[in-house]
Amino acid sequence: MDKIIITVVGQDTIGIIAKVCTYLSDNQINILDITQTIVGGYFNMMVIADMEKCGKEFGVVSDELKELGNEIGLRILAQKEEIFTKMHRL
Amino acid sequence: MINLNEVLETNKMIQQDLLDVRTITLGISLLDCIDSNLEKLNENIYNKITRLGKELIPTGEAISKDFGIPIVNKRVSVTPISLVGGSACRTPEDFVTIAKTLDRAAKAIGINFLGGYSALVNKAMTPADRMLIESIPEALSSTDFVCSSVNVGSTRTGIDMDAVRLMGEVIRKTAELTAANDSIGCAKLVVFCNAPDDNPFMAGAFHGVTEGDAVINVGVSGPGVVRSALSQVRGESFEVLCETIKKTAFKVTRVGQLVAQEAAARLGIPFGIVDLSLAPTPAVGDSVAQILEEIGLERTGAPGTTAALAILNDQVKKGGVMASSYVGGLSGAFIPVSEDQNMIDAVEAGALTIEKLEAMTCVCSVGLDMIAIPGDTPASSISGIIADEAAIGMVNNKTTAVRVIPVIGKGVGEKAVFGGLLGYAPIMKVNEFSCEAFIGREGRIPAPIHSFKN
Repeated sequence: MDKIIITVVGQDTIGIIAKVCTYLSDNQINILDITQTIVGGYFNMMVIADMEKCGKEFGVVSDELKELGNEIGLRILAQKEEIFTKMHRL
Repeated sequence: MINLNEVLETNKMIQQDLLDVRTITLGISLLDCIDSNLEKLNENIYNKITRLGKELIPTGEAISKDFGIPIVNKRVSVTPISLVGGSACRTPEDFVTIAKTLDRAAKAIGINFLGGYSALVNKAMTPADRMLIESIPEALSSTDFVCSSVNVGSTRTGIDMDAVRLMGEVIRKTAELTAANDSIGCAKLVVFCNAPDDNPFMAGAFHGVTEGDAVINVGVSGPGVVRSALSQVRGESFEVLCETIKKTAFKVTRVGQLVAQEAAARLGIPFGIVDLSLAPTPAVGDSVAQILEEIGLERTGAPGTTAALAILNDQVKKGGVMASSYVGGLSGAFIPVSEDQNMIDAVEAGALTIEKLEAMTCVCSVGLDMIAIPGDTPASSISGIIADEAAIGMVNNKTTAVRVIPVIGKGVGEKAVFGGLLGYAPIMKVNEFSCEAFIGREGRIPAPIHSFKN
């Protein structure tokens, strides 16, 4: 398992989840969990995914997701899971 | 599994509260570079630093991208050069050639500071130590990235007052040689008492002789995160205050531990320590003074400041020690004036004086840091300031340091502008009464009674 956390923040609009999920599917990245909420009109989504079968380096996926975000006017950030587990779990 | 709120909390710390890893510092031993031929010595030093350090920047950047956390500085510290250059250097000018080699190596691997142009003279100076110290003004004014430190005392040995006297003169001379840039050379020069061997922070970093061949030390930061957490508990009891700082320090340090382990694994170099210091920058919100004000002071420097800083320093340590297996370096709160906007504001408002800063250094992790003083301050008064700080460190069994900048051609009310991470500093008043006769005495101050622990 090679878990990554993708966060998507920005103005709510139609098709955000679809676009992100299409990218992940195209790149063999398996979605484990999706949570989303709207805070103060802003769309907040978190995707926990496994990129073990993905042929691309993490850095490339991270850049492509960021670029996808720029295209649809959202901030998309991919991070490896450890920063969150280290900080919030003993 | 990690939940959305935890992810948002971490990312808020990074994006809004300026959480970052302040430095990955690669410590390199230069003891195996020693040669009696100066040219050969310089070649050995250059080769070793560039060989071990060539992957430091790309590795730091890759880790930063993986975890989405800025790693602000990638740096190198080396064995104190007085030890490395002792057999090859016959004059202070010979030592300057080593400083230039270090600068060239730093530029070759792309780092922004290299520490270790240092001498450890806790008790007395060898001829090599003295030559290195005498070469510091020329070394710092003819290089860009080399940082220098001199340890003049310790709890176990007392204070070498001959070195203290010499350092007052060296600081003045360094200021004069870099007068065109507001005496910035002095910003790269620290005088220590009880200097730690594994400090990753500049300008005082060096690779101690008790360390291995190479080591990765990481310095975390995050004053903005602590301030933000404290803004949620205004008016609450000291217990709640302390608990909040502790929890936040724990989280910040965990990130440092993660980055340190990753960097060590990827570079194939052993992990040394995490230094859990709150290190401010001139950016708005990245301020230690602002934390003190959030604790309840109208301005830093008001009565209660020393107590508030003592709480902060202690709770940061308590939260941090559980988060990392190896905590070291300086670990605590830094109080550099020029690098902290609220500290600058406090000086300009007349709330903070050099004497109050001295009191604060009794309870913080370092000492009088990045303080601009009038350009006409005599060398003996600078030595007096160093002696006072060293005495605080010696008696209280803690690290203390002095990094003051006598800004040549400027006086109280004017500003020294250094730029970048070093910021700017209002020039602070120094007590004008003389200590020349005190500093003029030769020899050393004996170790304090409580140092005899055997």
